[in-house]
Amino acid sequence: MSHTIKLKKGFDINLAGKADKKIATCDQPETFALKPTDFLGIERPKLMVEVGDTVKAGTPLLYCKMMEEVKYCAPVSGEIVEIKRGEKRKLLEIRILADKEIVYEKFKNYSVSDLVKIDKNEVIDLLLQSGVWPNIIQRPYGIVANPEETPKSIFISTFDTHPLAPDYDFTLSGEEHNFQAGIDILRKLTNGKIHLGLNGNGEVSSVFSHTKNVELHSISGKHPAGNVGVHIHHIDPISKGDLVWTVDPYGVVQIGKLFLEGKYDASKTIALAGSEVSTPEYYKTYTGACVNKMVERNVKGRNVRFVSGNVLTGEKIKSDGYLGFYHHQLTVIPEGDHSEFMGWILPTTKKLSFHKAFGLLSYLNGKNKEYIIDTNTKGERRTFVQTGVFEQVTPMDILPTYLVKAIMAEDYDEMEALGIYEMIEEDIALCEFVDVSKHELQKILREGLDLLKNS
Amino acid sequence: MKFIKNIFDKNKPLFEKGGKFEKFMPFFESFETLFFVPNEVTSSKGVQIRDAVDLKRMMMTVIIAMIPCLIFGIWNVGYQHGLATGEVMSFGQQIWTGLIVVLPIIIVSYASGLTVEFIFGIKKGHALNEGFLVSGMLIPLVVPPTIPLWQVALATIFAVLIGKEVFGGTGMNILNVALTARAFLYFAYPSEISGEVWTYLGDKTPIDGYTGGTSLAIANEASVAGENVIGALANSNTVISSEFFSFSNLFFGFIPGSIGETSALMALLGAILLIATGVGSWKIIVSVFGGAYFTALLFQAIGVNEYMLMPAHYHLVIGGLAFGAVFMATDPVTATQTEKGKWIYGILIGVLTIIIRVFNPAYPEGIMLAILLMNVFAPLIDFYVVKANKQRRLQRATV
Repeated sequence: MSHTIKLKKGFDINLAGKADKKIATCDQPETFALKPTDFLGIERPKLMVEVGDTVKAGTPLLYCKMMEEVKYCAPVSGEIVEIKRGEKRKLLEIRILADKEIVYEKFKNYSVSDLVKIDKNEVIDLLLQSGVWPNIIQRPYGIVANPEETPKSIFISTFDTHPLAPDYDFTLSGEEHNFQAGIDILRKLTNGKIHLGLNGNGEVSSVFSHTKNVELHSISGKHPAGNVGVHIHHIDPISKGDLVWTVDPYGVVQIGKLFLEGKYDASKTIALAGSEVSTPEYYKTYTGACVNKMVERNVKGRNVRFVSGNVLTGEKIKSDGYLGFYHHQLTVIPEGDHSEFMGWILPTTKKLSFHKAFGLLSYLNGKNKEYIIDTNTKGERRTFVQTGVFEQVTPMDILPTYLVKAIMAEDYDEMEALGIYEMIEEDIALCEFVDVSKHELQKILREGLDLLKNS
Repeated sequence: MKFIKNIFDKNKPLFEKGGKFEKFMPFFESFETLFFVPNEVTSSKGVQIRDAVDLKRMMMTVIIAMIPCLIFGIWNVGYQHGLATGEVMSFGQQIWTGLIVVLPIIIVSYASGLTVEFIFGIKKGHALNEGFLVSGMLIPLVVPPTIPLWQVALATIFAVLIGKEVFGGTGMNILNVALTARAFLYFAYPSEISGEVWTYLGDKTPIDGYTGGTSLAIANEASVAGENVIGALANSNTVISSEFFSFSNLFFGFIPGSIGETSALMALLGAILLIATGVGSWKIIVSVFGGAYFTALLFQAIGVNEYMLMPAHYHLVIGGLAFGAVFMATDPVTATQTEKGKWIYGILIGVLTIIIRVFNPAYPEGIMLAILLMNVFAPLIDFYVVKANKQRRLQRATV
């Protein structure tokens, strides 16, 4: 029996260009990349390979000096062709020219009945050296979990309510046994419970609904109902000193596969979506894929932005850039670098807005209307003026305006007291979208989290 | 469009770094963004798309909400002029007379306020904040039509400087800017803002038996003298009409007073727009009216002086309560910022307004002082609401 949580606050951003539930046929990209910048925990990355080395899928490429046990591994086999660095020699990308046929590092595999017997240390060792460990994220801070800690509980959200998000029911169909195996492994890492958040807005596929040994929660409401941070807040909130781990469903399946098949399988199904994609569909590829093959001849406009991830929390990449480690979607939207005559006052139903200020009539369209939204900021940065808006899109007992102001004032006690530990970027992203004064709230939140982490 | 864009593009280099008028970039930017939404795009990390709303549109919504009050106010200045002087005026003449009186006040208010804003903008290197567009329109609506223009300029400059810029500009001020201007006039030039200043007479003399006092002043005087307040209102200006201060005239606003705040009906029209658009907090508007009404009811039951015995619903239509509740109390910067706080803040404004009106013979208008006082207390109310939120988090931790 699952518990039900109904959320009233939130806002759905209904964008045009949803991916059809079909797998497109497309050549695999030639190169793949591991981007150390995807992992918030990595502060001092140490390379373990050089250009010219050949690697297998699961061969460690680097580790962080702060947490040496955690290895970040190659998603595919092939040859290291380039190590890209940025300013101050900051490590940006490790590019691998992939083999036609992927060769895997061989790890120990177990039968389903064996899974129960493995002890915790063995589990952790295998997770660490195989490259699947970075799937486990620690809250507070949203960083790669520290294997020496034990969380009070583990949370998995099985649905994503971000704009144009992939449907895990579709991308993970047929992976039931791997998912269950992953859950059974994760159970060894906590003394508490594993909480599984199910989509309360519609039918839940059997991949998740029949999972055993977990607490099931049905969560319904608008975005951010699918955010794991919201689930944690309502089920087992994080107070100062608490540790909770989160894994996305793909990560759980990958953990299951590692133990059942003995390999680091980085294959994943991603959604290519957005108003500028000619045929938005799903693609089968591997973590860190170069997106060039997918977007070639499949993009309508010329002046577009490629976003690894979704439009609220994602990152802009080039047309030959690489998908982020945690991203399961590539979104293509129009770039908005044009000025609009009297755009700040003309009445319009075409521009989506959470607000109803004069002339913003999108609320008349109903919720099925799909919008094409470009990257224009649609206004200039101002000081905070309007109040009460962030609270309407944050289904948590948190006051984002006060939290943000406390961060700007670098008031450590106030940040803690106002619940900064319960939030990471994705939890405040919707506030950033609706902000009248156009602040970069995700960046501000991260600055606050960094202050506390390093204090 | 293309033509205007070209003008801006052509002149932009003059204002850019190294240009001749480099320092005046904020000035240039303010005008450019008035015509064109800038071509800025979202950063590479974080939200890639933004809501269509911005502060300009939000502030414009408030200005649009004030238009009924403004137009009615302009007409009413002419209308009252006709009544007081006995001159028979057509509708067009009434509007024209009103325009001649009101437009200069609006122009002076904007010109003086924007000058200060631009000086600070250029000094600090930021574009004009839209907040003053609202304040600049509010100030003319809360002053009497006979106000000397130099006083408008002085009050506006004082309000923008001392009320806002010293705190860091829009979004940082503690007191409502327009009310600061009003209070400045009230205390600095009391003779120009009380007594017989509420009707524009021009060079004419009023007809015999006409008194130019506001409903508030009449009620106040009657109460001090121990007379029935409604009776005193009914006996005023009977030379024009026995209905001069009837409830419906008070509600519709066909009475002397500050330019834009005589009509409760027009303020309500504004309230409907503010509430429908979500720009003004309905919680504050409702709670100010509610707080005032129930306090007045309670006082009526106690009935120590004549003012207290005035029927409660009269309090909602006399003076500037309606205008203040809709346009002043809802200023998001100076009001409470938490949702629970908004209820408390609104109710206390209502309560205080009635208390000041009824018990204070020195200041007939209560709403101005009540809002300013609650502006000061707003952070305190929020402090306790936020503290309760923190407390819930702490309690959870110990369980």
